Amino acid sequence: MKTELRMKVAAAAMAVAGVLGVAVDSAAQSANEIFVPVLVYRTGAYAPNGVPWADGFVDYLKLVNARDGGVNGIKIAYEECETGYATDRGVECYERLKSKKPVAFSPLSTGISYALIDKVPQDKIVLITAGYGRADSVDGGDFKYVFPMLGTYWDAADILVQHVKKKGNLKGKKIALVYHDSPYGKEPIPVLEALSKIEGFELIKLPVTHPGVEQKATWLQVRQQRPDYVFLWGWGVMNSTSIKEAIAVSYPRLQMYGVWWSAAEPDVLPAEAAAKGYNGLALGHSAEKDAPIHKDMAKYLYEKGQGTAKSKDEVGSVLYNRGMLSAMLTIESIRAAQGKYGKRVVTGEEVQWGAEHLNLDAARIKALGVEGMMQPLKTSCADHAGVHKARVHTWDGSQWSYTSDWYESNSKVLAPIIKASADRYAAEKKFEKRDCSKEK
Amino acid sequence: MIYREAGQFKTTYASDQQLFPILQDRVFVIGFLVFAFGVMPFIGTEYLFRAILVPFLILSLAAIGLNILVGYCGQVSLGTGAFMAVGAYAAYNLAIRVPDLNLIVVFLLSGVFSSLVGVLFGFPSLRIKGFYLAVATLAAQFFIDWLFARVKWFTNDSSSGSVSAPPLEIFGRVFDSPEEKYLLVLAFVCVFALIARNLTRGAIGRSWMATRDMDVAAEVIGIRPMAAKLSAFAVSSFFVGVAGALWAFVYLGSWEPLAFDVNRSFQLLFMIIIGGLGSILGSFLGAAFIVILPLVLNQLPRALGVSLSTEMVSHIEIMVFGALIVIFLIAEPRGLARLWAVGKEKLRLWPFPH
Repeated sequence: MKTELRMKVAAAAMAVAGVLGVAVDSAAQSANEIFVPVLVYRTGAYAPNGVPWADGFVDYLKLVNARDGGVNGIKIAYEECETGYATDRGVECYERLKSKKPVAFSPLSTGISYALIDKVPQDKIVLITAGYGRADSVDGGDFKYVFPMLGTYWDAADILVQHVKKKGNLKGKKIALVYHDSPYGKEPIPVLEALSKIEGFELIKLPVTHPGVEQKATWLQVRQQRPDYVFLWGWGVMNSTSIKEAIAVSYPRLQMYGVWWSAAEPDVLPAEAAAKGYNGLALGHSAEKDAPIHKDMAKYLYEKGQGTAKSKDEVGSVLYNRGMLSAMLTIESIRAAQGKYGKRVVTGEEVQWGAEHLNLDAARIKALGVEGMMQPLKTSCADHAGVHKARVHTWDGSQWSYTSDWYESNSKVLAPIIKASADRYAAEKKFEKRDCSKEK
Repeated sequence: MIYREAGQFKTTYASDQQLFPILQDRVFVIGFLVFAFGVMPFIGTEYLFRAILVPFLILSLAAIGLNILVGYCGQVSLGTGAFMAVGAYAAYNLAIRVPDLNLIVVFLLSGVFSSLVGVLFGFPSLRIKGFYLAVATLAAQFFIDWLFARVKWFTNDSSSGSVSAPPLEIFGRVFDSPEEKYLLVLAFVCVFALIARNLTRGAIGRSWMATRDMDVAAEVIGIRPMAAKLSAFAVSSFFVGVAGALWAFVYLGSWEPLAFDVNRSFQLLFMIIIGGLGSILGSFLGAAFIVILPLVLNQLPRALGVSLSTEMVSHIEIMVFGALIVIFLIAEPRGLARLWAVGKEKLRLWPFPH
């Protein structure tokens, strides 16, 4: 008993020393590197979708170091922190990595984004939420440090309605929203409600609780109410379950539309051929494997055994590409900041300027090797997203292919909703809005 | 030797009844408080405050609350997360709708709301106990989760269901820096721990413990089970509600119902089981075990210079943590607090055990 106790005391002492050790250690960071933290989830219920995204993100950072020797000669340092898609662990990761002077976080979780939105302006760290996060944060007047680049869920909701409207008048039709019961899933509801009044369709809201494997009741309701279209706002195992349940109640996949996080390989592969006809929004890119950037990935990383993904085949999958683009936007923001402040290690505050003055035109997109994967993007104080376009891609049983033209979200519908929401945020938080008309 | 009480004579009732009758305990606790209030704010890092100490202290407070109910009164509850949520949303609505109210008052009032809800869901305890009561309180968990996710009034019509706390302004001073937040939470926890300790030592605590040990016998000696059980629910939910409000306002800042789901209830129950049922110290030890240990395990490989992949570190963390829970419960089923008590006994005899 006595030695046992002694061992326990020793173990406890070691544990405490460990924490303090890390706290001290993290202060030491090379002065000649820009630190980009990587919040990932490679474990937990959402890992199948989190892993390819994380691989793409890390691979791009590695590529910038290996191919270009860093950004303008400054190497990128990075460190992964596992969140498991849990908000409290995400916040802990943020606090842990903060001492390394990071410039930009990309948490890949709407919940964690919400939790960090209040913290980033104080810490002067940019939050890049490419294709997710809080939709009204496009308003840079309120959300100076938050950048929902590539498009928001409100753009997505509007574009989906535009797409189904093309197939015929929506008056009197029914659209069911099957959504993940979290801030992520609820995000499109105000826009869909506004549109249902304008277009005259009936909106049926069907929540699915985390992690989303229990959907029998939801799909029985779908069967009962026979909506003309189902919009799927899911993530992780919820998506593949929805598709399987749709098959079980024989709801036509052709009438199912996922948002861009519900339209990747892990979602359709479990049902594979039976998922044929399932549609999803493509956030610029789909599964592209032959862009110049992918050839660079193969040449500089995978042929040398330096790749992050377990298999080379994963390079170019939908979520891998999205992770890669998220990292690319971070790097380009750093580059833009260096353009103004000098080719040195920039701070989060300077990167905020970079992210707000990002201008990726067609030529720049081509030079980056991602031609065809994204539309030109130009950010400003008033518009932190930079681009509001998406197209639809469809699963043909073995791969994704584009089945629509580009759509742009209708700013006439969205602008008042964004303004109302952002104004209320400012009122709740009791702060003065930044006047974007006075910003250069 | 170290804990020898020889020569410490109690000549008055007051000195016999004081909180820490042994001189060494008093010195230790005072020293600890001086360190926590006076030294810690100057030596701690931001990470230590924001990510470790603040969540640890707030969950300790919630654990004390749950311990009053489960450990002292023997009423098993799985609805702690829900009562935290009641505190959090009550505080949010009070702060948004009555903006001039002092935040301290807001926190205390949110405790009162949580207390009322706790009593409501405590009524079944008059008829059922043990596992059956656990299931009844689980209903509270699910009902309240549903309520805050579905009834828009509670979230001030937030489109995404996620709400954001207003700034922490108390007496015209904004508690913004990590040190200030830490001190605010520490002050709350100290006051509440003191209240809990005194409650459990007094008549009301004895009536709880009598009810826990044998309710029929307690009734025979004149304790009213209804008053004992409902007061335990009320006090427990009050503590838990204040902890919920602090968790939302000080730690999270912005939250959704998921932050208070059933996992939170389980986490708190594990805290008091591992820490020690019916012990205030145990609530702190259990919270430390559940909150801090996983973070330490997660960072240990990197701190030791072992390079492992992120998912491997994460898996090791879960495995080691699980194994430690089993080992601790086998070594001392009555929890870490009991381990500490045994250690104290040994120190009393040291160096001549017999």
